Amino acid sequence: MRRPGKGAPTRRAGAVPYLFLAPAMVLFTLFMALPIGYTGYLSLRRTKVSGLGLGRGARTEVFAGLGKYAAAVGDGELWAGWLRVLGYGALVLALMLGLALVFALMLDAAHVRLARLTRISIYLPYAVPGVAATLMWGFLYLPGLSPFGDHAFLGAGVVTFSMANVAVWGGTGFNMLVLYTNLRAVPREYYEAARIDGAGELGIALRIKIPILVPAIILTTVFSVVATIQVFTEPTTLRPLTNTISSTWSPLMKVYRDAFVTGDLHSAAATSMVIAGISVVVSFGFLRIVKNHAFGEG
Amino acid sequence: MAASTRAGARRPAGIVPTGVLVLGAVYTLFPVSWVVVAATKSKAELFSTPTFAPGTGLLSNLADLFAYRDGVFWLWLLNTALYAGGGAVLATVVATVSGYALATYAFPGRGLIFNLLVGGILVPPVVLAIPQYLLFSEAGLAGTYWSVLLPQVLSPYSVYLARIYARAAVPASLLEAGRLDGAGEWRLFHRVALPMLTPAMVTIFLFQFVAIWNNFLLPFIMLGDDHRFPLTVGLYTLLAAGANQPSLYNLIITGTLLSLVPLVALFLTMQRHWRADLSGGAVKS
Repeated sequence: MRRPGKGAPTRRAGAVPYLFLAPAMVLFTLFMALPIGYTGYLSLRRTKVSGLGLGRGARTEVFAGLGKYAAAVGDGELWAGWLRVLGYGALVLALMLGLALVFALMLDAAHVRLARLTRISIYLPYAVPGVAATLMWGFLYLPGLSPFGDHAFLGAGVVTFSMANVAVWGGTGFNMLVLYTNLRAVPREYYEAARIDGAGELGIALRIKIPILVPAIILTTVFSVVATIQVFTEPTTLRPLTNTISSTWSPLMKVYRDAFVTGDLHSAAATSMVIAGISVVVSFGFLRIVKNHAFGEG
Repeated sequence: MAASTRAGARRPAGIVPTGVLVLGAVYTLFPVSWVVVAATKSKAELFSTPTFAPGTGLLSNLADLFAYRDGVFWLWLLNTALYAGGGAVLATVVATVSGYALATYAFPGRGLIFNLLVGGILVPPVVLAIPQYLLFSEAGLAGTYWSVLLPQVLSPYSVYLARIYARAAVPASLLEAGRLDGAGEWRLFHRVALPMLTPAMVTIFLFQFVAIWNNFLLPFIMLGDDHRFPLTVGLYTLLAAGANQPSLYNLIITGTLLSLVPLVALFLTMQRHWRADLSGGAVKS
């Protein structure tokens, strides 16, 4: 017994747990560890062209050190992409998580009507593929089709907001349900006691429910940040409808372009390592700061 | 819920929360109801009639869509069902046994394995998708069904959910009692734990089914032949081909509507299970 006390049961069982975990570990090795390692390897190499670059052996792969990383860090287009995603991400996170929290609290309020119907409705976009959501909103934004009048929803200054709306629309329900599920698990007696002490619904929400939700809020924030850093589907799908979204609008789109359009795998690999690094640093930093009071027991 | 109405006689029935939720529902249902109505409009009606006035072109839109490139839309639908169904079943099995092992055994490396498996949540799909494509190419499997199916079997989030749930739902005392009665570890899992984990498995299946159904990046990178496309990639190519031709808009809108139907239907029919599993988790913890 290594960890006495809370929850975990625990008894030594030889090879059994490893057998249970074998499928996951094999998949992890093949489809995560190996690709990540391969990306790291590719990112440290470059293609060397000798002569005119014609014929066999004219293009060889050589070790390039951190050259591709230096290029990625010095790439103005990539930086512009990061800035766009930063603005977009701040909008999405604030609106999506704010709405999710409000809806979850409202669903859990004592006297709400139509809770089931509205919960299902707000959660519904979770079942809508990002491509389909972007297509629907994309048409709703199109002058000539839009019921909101002929505004330039896809114009240069506004397109970020329009895109953020698609992500907020698609993601709020899922986050709402995560938070609501956590609220449902709280024993009702907590609230009864507060009510007897004279607390109103708002007081209960602010002083009891939100503090209870902190770990879940942190978790949903981390997931949302990571998802936002990698935004790809929405801008890619919206691109055919407007000329304000470049093929390198988000860092991930630049990776795609480098790898599959311009054929520079090594730059793509270096940039994806940078994106991965930033994702990991952001999420770990976030988790670390709040770990003690969020996950008492990792 | 039902029990709380008893105390509610004194107060007005939650106008603020109800109002906020109704506004939220209007916002989320708006684009869906738009696409339902727009799919009924003929080419001319789409640009001329009021937004929410139903049109007369639904049948011809459907006929056009199914005739598009010799009915490739049907294939996209079938492919999507195959990727999502097969992938979700496998993912559920893998996540459940992993979560159970992580939750109920103490063994050297448990923390490390948990961190590795769940840490995958933080890895951006693109870091994986491009080298996965290259590695599948090396193996001669890029562009096949396997190249889209296999990378989506291990779901870090599902492993995390399964472990949380197994921790709360499977009492250690019950396993101990089973061991004292001489039950083997596999039997304990299969006969004692698995029935208790069923609600979590339904949830994980749904999560993963929806995640694979909605995935765009991986099939977009892996597949070249449009006969193996899932709906998401198919719809994208439809848009890319038709964005500058308003005459193709009906096709795209109708395709979008049809891509929503199966998942929304599944979603609505699984509501009961969803609810059961939420309250079940709450009771058991």
